[in-house]
Amino acid sequence: MTARQKETLQKYGPFLALIAVCIGLAFLSPNFLSVSNSFDVMRQVSINAVIAFGMTLTILLGGIDLSVGSILAVSSVLAAMTMKGGHGAGLAAGIALLAGAAMGSLNGVVIAKGKVAPFIATLGTMTLLRGAALVLSNGSPISGFPSQLFAMLGGGYVARLIPVPVVLMLAMFAVFWFVLRRTVFGRHVYATGGNAEAAKLSGVNTDRVQILVYTVSGAMAALAGVILTSRLDSAQPTAGAGYELDAITAVVLGGTSLAGGRGWVFGTLVGALLIGVLNNGLNLLGVSAFYQEVVKGSVILLAVLLDRGGKT
Amino acid sequence: MMRSISTWVAGLIVLIGCSNQGPDTGAGGTAASTAAGSGAVTVGLSISTMDNPFFVALRDGAQAEAKAAGINLITVDAQNDAAKQIAGVEDLIQKKVRVILLNPTDSDAVANVVKEATAAGIKVISLDRAVNGAEVSAHIASDNVAGGKMAGEFLLKRLGGKGNLVELEGIPGSSAARERGEGFDSVIAGKPGVKLVAKQPANFDRAQGLTVMENILQGNKDIQGVFAQNDEMALGAQRAIEEAGLKNVVIVGFDATADAVAAVKAGKLAATVQQKPELIGKMGVDTAKLLIEGEPVDRNIPVPLALVTQ
Repeated sequence: MTARQKETLQKYGPFLALIAVCIGLAFLSPNFLSVSNSFDVMRQVSINAVIAFGMTLTILLGGIDLSVGSILAVSSVLAAMTMKGGHGAGLAAGIALLAGAAMGSLNGVVIAKGKVAPFIATLGTMTLLRGAALVLSNGSPISGFPSQLFAMLGGGYVARLIPVPVVLMLAMFAVFWFVLRRTVFGRHVYATGGNAEAAKLSGVNTDRVQILVYTVSGAMAALAGVILTSRLDSAQPTAGAGYELDAITAVVLGGTSLAGGRGWVFGTLVGALLIGVLNNGLNLLGVSAFYQEVVKGSVILLAVLLDRGGKT
Repeated sequence: MMRSISTWVAGLIVLIGCSNQGPDTGAGGTAASTAAGSGAVTVGLSISTMDNPFFVALRDGAQAEAKAAGINLITVDAQNDAAKQIAGVEDLIQKKVRVILLNPTDSDAVANVVKEATAAGIKVISLDRAVNGAEVSAHIASDNVAGGKMAGEFLLKRLGGKGNLVELEGIPGSSAARERGEGFDSVIAGKPGVKLVAKQPANFDRAQGLTVMENILQGNKDIQGVFAQNDEMALGAQRAIEEAGLKNVVIVGFDATADAVAAVKAGKLAATVQQKPELIGKMGVDTAKLLIEGEPVDRNIPVPLALVTQ
């Protein structure tokens, strides 16, 4: 096998694994491959995938964003409060997205201008914003929104078949794919993540790149928050706890390097789908909740461990 | 190359994991075929969290009853996350279970998925927590009103029908606080020898139970009995009463937590009302069976409680 063939195989490894798992599940569970189950899985995956697309950018920079779950909660509560204030779905979603972007840019500024390690900076905002979500909502869920349009965002269908969250996820995937592959900004992200010093010397405004990336990550978390709020017809101040780890898992399973500079958003989509298919498949097979955790953890550990081994 | 190998291996592990685990988890029958859905009736159970012993006991009760009845029970754990719960229930819908036993993480957040299940022709029974905004076939939960009555009657008996009482209330507006209080108040209301000298919220919290009881004792030390709407508040109040040097105050708690049961054994609390999570799970499966057989069931099924005394 030539080096080039090896590289291709390596790149598509996660995708092949996803297909292998799907084929296996199709044999084991008669319900798995049905159209409605397939769309169910994708809808379940959409929230994690949307967050993970943003997370891909921060990880490509060699950073991380631990605050996404808290940003999701704050955005969700803000959207709910806007609607409870008598405003429409458009304004509610708009405010949530803007707030998400603002919270993300706060991360970016602290990291780029304050020279704080992303792990620490976003650990701080994770805690701070979780508190903010509890303060804003007074600790209790805000439920019941009359807007039909808002209900569509999480529960609606396009052409009576494809769930709206799936459409949103695929649209976001297309945008991220295009931005990373075809734009100057995308190249700057790879350059900054690969070697920030070299990027800076060759004229890349790395501070600006960092702030933008964290802003986008915040906005994606807010979008996920809007979808979730619509789906639940309820904004929960405790929502999103632990979602940062699900997103990181999807990114890493997809082959993006935690060291930065190497990876792609297609891998992230596949990684998110792989997690979703596992969750769904293990439920369909009736595997006990305790064993499910063991299986999922083993998959993650093995994939990443062997991946690391191959790099030395 | 390594990565492609790793992901293949990972996939393989999953498949091995699945094929090993599938047959074991079905509670009904002994043959592997039951897990595949042939023959035995399948019922789904969505638990709010398996991190809480109360809900683990509920699951165990359901599992044991399903096994006895030859029902294949599939349990999914929501890990206290409403979104995870919805995903789990959707998986159960895809699995085409006949009935879903739903223990909601949040009463409001599950309404949409209950509607989805109903639309798919699957009946839903709510356990322990109710569902707001969607119809379920039945709701099975502890009879908190009866528990409050039980506590009141016990207190009256121990005090010989007379004395000054204190009631510590849970979080205002919560269903547990409302119902437990309603039951207790109905028993002591109109009893000539009994006087409720204080009725104050301490939010189900031990530290607040302590301070609220301290404040009450500042104003009035002539107290013979205390009903706290949960054990945490009862244990806090017990501490305040002990520090104030009062003897022979009859304290009754609610929930039968491990701490409270130990305190009852040590004579610090007089009694605690015990919920029976296993029974909630068992009655859930029994009700599911009736629904599958096309029998009528009650909309509201109260689960009896027990009194733990020395």
